[in-house]
Amino acid sequence: MAAKTLKINGTMISAREGESILEAARDSGVSIPTLCHLDGLSDVGACRLCIVDVGGRLRPACTTAVAEGMDIQTNTEQLRAYRRQIVELLFAERGHVCAVCVASGHCELQNLAVSLGMDHVRYDYLAPTCTVDISHQRFGIDHNRCVLCTRCVRACDEVEGVHTWDISGRGTSARIISDLNQPWGDAESCTSCGKCLLACPTGALFQRGSTVAEMEHASGRIAVIVESRRVRG
Amino acid sequence: MDLHELQQIARRERERRRRIRIHCCTSLGCHASNAIEIKRRLEEAVIAAGLEGEIEVAGVGCMGFCGHGPMVEIDPENILYEYVSPDDAPSIVASIHGGACTAGRGDKNHPFFARQYPIVRKNGGKIDPERIEEYIAAGGYRSLYRAINEMTPAEVIDEITRSGLRGRGGAGYPTGLKWATVAKSRGDRRFVVCNGDEGDPGAFMDRSVLESDPHLVLEGMSIAAYAVGADQGYVYVRGEYPLAIERLQKAINQAKKHSLLGSQIFDSALDFRVDIRVGAGAFVCGEETALIASIEGGRGQPRPRPPYPAESGLWGKPTLINNVETFANIASIIERGSAWYSGIGTESSRGTKVFALTGKICNTGLVEVPMGMTLREIVEGLGGGAPDGGTVKAVQTGGPSGGCIPASLFDTPVDYESLAKVGSIMGSGGMVVMDEATNMVELAKFYMEFCMDESCGKCIPCRVGTVQIYRLLEKITAGEATPADVDQLRALCQLVRDTSLCGLGQSAPNPVISTLKYFPEEYDALIKP
Ligand SMILES: Cc1cc2nc3c(=O)[nH]c(=O)nc-3n(C[C@H](O)[C@H](O)[C@H](O)COP(=O)(O)O)c2cc1C
Ligand code: SF4
Ligand code: SF4
Ligand code: SF4
Ligand code: FES
Ligand code: FES
Repeated sequence: MAAKTLKINGTMISAREGESILEAARDSGVSIPTLCHLDGLSDVGACRLCIVDVGGRLRPACTTAVAEGMDIQTNTEQLRAYRRQIVELLFAERGHVCAVCVASGHCELQNLAVSLGMDHVRYDYLAPTCTVDISHQRFGIDHNRCVLCTRCVRACDEVEGVHTWDISGRGTSARIISDLNQPWGDAESCTSCGKCLLACPTGALFQRGSTVAEMEHASGRIAVIVESRRVRG
Repeated sequence: MDLHELQQIARRERERRRRIRIHCCTSLGCHASNAIEIKRRLEEAVIAAGLEGEIEVAGVGCMGFCGHGPMVEIDPENILYEYVSPDDAPSIVASIHGGACTAGRGDKNHPFFARQYPIVRKNGGKIDPERIEEYIAAGGYRSLYRAINEMTPAEVIDEITRSGLRGRGGAGYPTGLKWATVAKSRGDRRFVVCNGDEGDPGAFMDRSVLESDPHLVLEGMSIAAYAVGADQGYVYVRGEYPLAIERLQKAINQAKKHSLLGSQIFDSALDFRVDIRVGAGAFVCGEETALIASIEGGRGQPRPRPPYPAESGLWGKPTLINNVETFANIASIIERGSAWYSGIGTESSRGTKVFALTGKICNTGLVEVPMGMTLREIVEGLGGGAPDGGTVKAVQTGGPSGGCIPASLFDTPVDYESLAKVGSIMGSGGMVVMDEATNMVELAKFYMEFCMDESCGKCIPCRVGTVQIYRLLEKITAGEATPADVDQLRALCQLVRDTSLCGLGQSAPNPVISTLKYFPEEYDALIKP
């Protein structure tokens, strides 16, 4: 496989052909914020947090392949401002009350807010009415905390091979749904494997019975499962 | 089917024709104001006058002057009647032999008609779109024959490239280049897709072409299929266009019956089938990757490009996707040559463009003009300016993805680059005219509400950003906003433009950005100090 040479933040690096900017950056020790990306799952380029500046144009790092001679900036003033705005928009979209959330302390959204220095929200809180579905025996979903990253959809479809989850509606009315928009407990396709919980970056998907700050997602296990399947063939 | 048969059909059709044809527009605009009844009454009147041997009544496609409909025309006399009512029918028939007519006379020398250059709309208002014989008698399917029998696929692509034709769906991508990419992309199968989603408010060019001349689009698609090596085509039309779907389906059936679609077209190796896919009317489904997902049966949601559909489209196969109007240009280019076509328009934008004129304008309707005509000529010359002595203040081109152009810039020629330079886009051809009574902040809010409602929700900047922009505009129009809110508005517009995944989000802020630029005083007047 041909190697590509490119510049990230002024430093020359080499990357494998076909690799994404995100992978190449990580291999060379540069971290780029992400939310919808999860190692082991396909990329959809939805959250836009991983945007980087490629020769003056903004591109999502997770879905843009490296090319010879690229000149990439990952952390400019403009990019930081945009990322902060995006996280703010998410906090304003639904009802995130960290103080009472099962994922507090283990939440990627919360971590992003901290690392991006987002300490207040300048936008109107949209405060939609969102339901909490605890019809499943072991798991629950609280739509107030869902950021529509579709990591659960992809984990269930691509790793468990089931596709219990999908999306209904559009715009801010979009919602994650199980099977044919039934309560999760009635979704016959669900094998109760828990992979969607592993994948979820927030407190939206949780183990029933967990209380504040107890829900750790261990999302890295998705990549471990995928990698071990690949190795064993 | 061979050339001889084609000529025979054309000859039989000419022989069948009566000396005089009364053209009665049955396209949607006139259809909605009783055109079918008018046509029936005209037929009755012809029989009552015993003139069936001399006069025939034909339902035809849109004549363009929809705002003055229902329209009726006497051919070859070149007499036009407007605002026709069913009761006018007997007197229209009587007028052919010198009787007085109760219907209002239209003016065919009006600049609205005189300054047009019909290529895409050449048959509009002249042929019955439900009869393939009329299309063939007008020279139809001759270009397909020519392409297959006298040209190699590479020569067809070359001809389109040299014509300078650019995509009419909005972005203006060079059509020949796109065809060449599809032809070169590796795949065991290729597809041709016609984008008839036409979702922007105020646009009805593609609907009109599909309703008025469906075979022209099918012929363009077949030539494309030959050029790129496709064997299956889809026309994606929104469900809100039932008449277009009905006529297109009829056209497909007739073309199949005459072996102009199907296997071994013109006894060549070309197999090409076309099916209609009806969309549910989401604006985002006009975006090519969302449209492809929708045809595949998935959720109509865009995906990042590259890969472009030309390399990996429908079911991962190389797919040519062009707009209705783009395809409607093809047969004429093959018939009359690239040199002829590239002689029309401007250096960078060749050919003509169809515009739908709506809003505060005297002559609402469809016009096809050479690229490079100024906005002034279109709005004031053809469109007749604002009604009731009003003054035109601005025009919005490109719908919710475009920008607002103030009257002071009306000397801008209409071509892709010039429109981009003044902060708008060509778009698919909607032109919404505003007069002094229109508040520009309200206008920006209207388009933002549209984008907010049509956002698919996949990416955060567009999904939530459009809602926040809309809320700020609401705050401004309610007189409750401060200068800080306007700064917030600008910052959000930049975010949504620069970071959204697809064209819907990337272009959604355009109406706000352009009204802020050209009409800052209208914002200022609403801001609390
Ligand atoms: C939100 C959005 C809506 C679109 N709607 C249409 C449409 O209704 N019709 C169309 O032909 N192209 C539409 N496009 C452009 C298509 O993605 C595509 O570029 C076009 O169909 C290509 O054809 P062309 O090269 O002939 O213009 C839209 C793009 C976006 C981003
Ligand atoms: S528990 Fe497993 S099968 Fe059930 S929805 Fe989650 S990922 Fe899918
Ligand atoms: S439930 Fe969790 S994983 Fe699924 S879309 Fe919402 S935030 Fe993402
Ligand atoms: S820009 Fe809007 S319409 Fe396009 S993918 Fe993002 S949310 Fe969907
Ligand atoms: S991580 Fe790349 S867009 Fe979400
Ligand atoms: S619909 Fe009749 S003239 Fe346009």
